Amino acid sequence: MCLAMPMKINRIEGKTADCEAGGLVQAIRIDFIQDARPGDYVMVHAGFAIQKMSEKEALENLELLEEIRNAV
Amino acid sequence: MRYDCYFKNPERASELLEKIGVYASQAGRVRLMEICGTHTMAIARSGLRTVLPPEVRLISGPGCPVCVTPAGAIDMILELSERPGVLIASYGDLLRVPGSKRGDSLLSRRAGGAMVESVYSPMDAVRIAASRPELEVVFLGAGFETTAPGTAACILEAAEQKLENFSVLCLLKRTEPALRSLIEAPDFAVDGFLCPGHVAAVIGSDAFSFLPGDYGLPGVVSGFDPADLLGSVLELTRMIAEKRPGLKNEYIRLVQPAGNPLALSLMDEVFQTAPSDWRGLGQIRDSGYALREKYRPWDAWAKFGLRPALSGDIPGCRCAEVIRGTASPVSCPLFGRICTPEDPAGPCMVSGEGACAAAYQYGNSISQEEV
Repeated sequence: MCLAMPMKINRIEGKTADCEAGGLVQAIRIDFIQDARPGDYVMVHAGFAIQKMSEKEALENLELLEEIRNAV
Repeated sequence: MRYDCYFKNPERASELLEKIGVYASQAGRVRLMEICGTHTMAIARSGLRTVLPPEVRLISGPGCPVCVTPAGAIDMILELSERPGVLIASYGDLLRVPGSKRGDSLLSRRAGGAMVESVYSPMDAVRIAASRPELEVVFLGAGFETTAPGTAACILEAAEQKLENFSVLCLLKRTEPALRSLIEAPDFAVDGFLCPGHVAAVIGSDAFSFLPGDYGLPGVVSGFDPADLLGSVLELTRMIAEKRPGLKNEYIRLVQPAGNPLALSLMDEVFQTAPSDWRGLGQIRDSGYALREKYRPWDAWAKFGLRPALSGDIPGCRCAEVIRGTASPVSCPLFGRICTPEDPAGPCMVSGEGACAAAYQYGNSISQEEV
């Protein structure tokens, strides 16, 4: 039940967004996502987006992993 | 997402493993506990246990919400499902969990005529209630802090729609009090924690700073892909070897130090902390959420005058010890013999996130034999 999935927002109507992942489109609630916009990626858990995900943060995360690997 | 593949296929994994090996031999023994069902499954699926050095053991803790719901609560829910006009809506996993009698679950009650629906989101339960005004719809709100804000949003939605036939049986649990109880128990034997990434997305990575702060134990908030897990295990092993416990956030692409403030304010509007019963850990103060007085009309505990039954676990079942990390799945006499995913005796075999289901499905529990 705790499975979370990253999805892309296609369209927003009020507190609900049409989100897509791997060809699957679902109506997801975005009650607690600030400034959600179409094109944003969100982590979805039990029908609710719990946090936004950005390209910048994904790249920073890769850098962090690189640092962990290279630290002596 | 575009960068997913980099996290799923870690580059130079052997280099990482070598470093883990170096630090592990310095530390002598590294026992790491994960406390999230999704981590349990991700670790089993990745085969991580089979490639880690022998000094490093990964132990599953109380991270599966279905597994930590005690048999007495399940018995109470089974009884509620028999009341005329009541429809139980729940996440699928919970439907198969037996109460204190083997084979007696919401699914078997449905076969006998009880109204039970499996839902993906608590909002589905609100929709059922709105379309079936003749029924009393009870949503089983199980889960940790990740599901708590969505459950709160549903209660607010039901209040806004003035839905009188909808209520939530709040079984939500909080991570920190359970961890404190586990750490303070005399049989605690863990050297560091893989902290749950999605719980932390809601409550923030700072919420786990009590691990090094109060107990001198290192923690790493980790993502769920193989690169995340390897990096987090390396960080933990390093902190243990260097005897410098701290809290690190490895999952920075999702987790902020303070979490999601909007989700937290929604939870605070609807819930207050309350004592909660855990399978394997007993009752722990402030370890659950209860609806605030203002939302009492949507509180199934109050609406139906419910009390958990005083029932024990199925004889022979070691789920309670598996949840505490003091017994491994394969050490249970029922494991794989009379308890299988097709015919589970205990909750850890039922749930897709349970330690026993993971051990059974992926079979790589070699290093779990003794914990």
